[in-house]
Amino acid sequence: MNTTSTTVLILAVFGASLVEMVEALTIVVAAGVTRGWRSALEGALAAVVVLTVLVAAVGVPLIHYIPIDALRVVVGTLLLVLGLSWLRKSILRSSGHKPQHDENAIFAATTAELTQGASGSRRDGVGFAVAFKGVFLEGTEVVLIVVSLGASQHRLGIAAAAAGGAVLIVGVVGALVATQLSRVPENTIKTVVGVMLTSFGLFWVGEGAGVHWPGSDLAILALVGLFLLVTRGMVWTLRTWRPPVTPRALVEVDG
Amino acid sequence: MIVRALRAFGRFWWEFLVGDTPELLGAALAIVVLAVLLRHQRDVAYVVLPLTAIVVLVASTIRGTKRSAGSEQTVEEDA
Repeated sequence: MNTTSTTVLILAVFGASLVEMVEALTIVVAAGVTRGWRSALEGALAAVVVLTVLVAAVGVPLIHYIPIDALRVVVGTLLLVLGLSWLRKSILRSSGHKPQHDENAIFAATTAELTQGASGSRRDGVGFAVAFKGVFLEGTEVVLIVVSLGASQHRLGIAAAAAGGAVLIVGVVGALVATQLSRVPENTIKTVVGVMLTSFGLFWVGEGAGVHWPGSDLAILALVGLFLLVTRGMVWTLRTWRPPVTPRALVEVDG
Repeated sequence: MIVRALRAFGRFWWEFLVGDTPELLGAALAIVVLAVLLRHQRDVAYVVLPLTAIVVLVASTIRGTKRSAGSEQTVEEDA
């Protein structure tokens, strides 16, 4: 496995983790502000521990006991579904056919909901549960990407480290500028990661089935370039030839 | 508790794999079948596999624009 695929792997895992953790952090901060920081941080930490155990429990046996070609076909299929789904969503958002994801709106909605019945005590079950659920649900997709990409290339450690790095960065930056989460160019990152996941998915399905791509791992870069072009072309075409019925809608709170 | 966890696990995979875009799962499975069938005709596979993914992405996205237009129309009608 050469440096090309390892670099793309690190970027894909890091980008996916960054996007998902920004979403999770919004919920944790909302829980912390309204229900108390101790419970929110404990909930978030508990979710991170469970997710880490999941990576080790699922990823390590996958590497050791499943034949590599079968693993690559299954992983490639999962990555294709996930990548195409992210690409579709980001194209619809960029062209104005789907509301942009707005962390400020999510923060306001979550805060308003959690403020009702706030206990004010140091330990708060609701705050813990909301923070745990937020981090766990957003993190599950990250676990899937880490295990898939890491296991199919026997680079589980590197994939986990890239995800850990993103979690750390989002945590530190979030603690410093919690109110600026909406400035993260989430849709752009989601587009790039969607392109990478789709490219990896197609590459591994081919390799696992016995289609050996020209240039070996360099084919991943060619696929990345191709899907980037298609994505840009589709956004331009939809904006020009099929503009939304109403101008870009305001925000999306639940997705 | 275990039943709830299993149900949630099943729901997660259903939402993840099928959700409101079953065509994407269908496309991924079709690509697997095509890759197996074309493994000895690599020159064809290099073109067909990416092309299938692109065609499905385009079709699914256009379907998404129709759906968003439909939902906006419904909102206007309701108002």
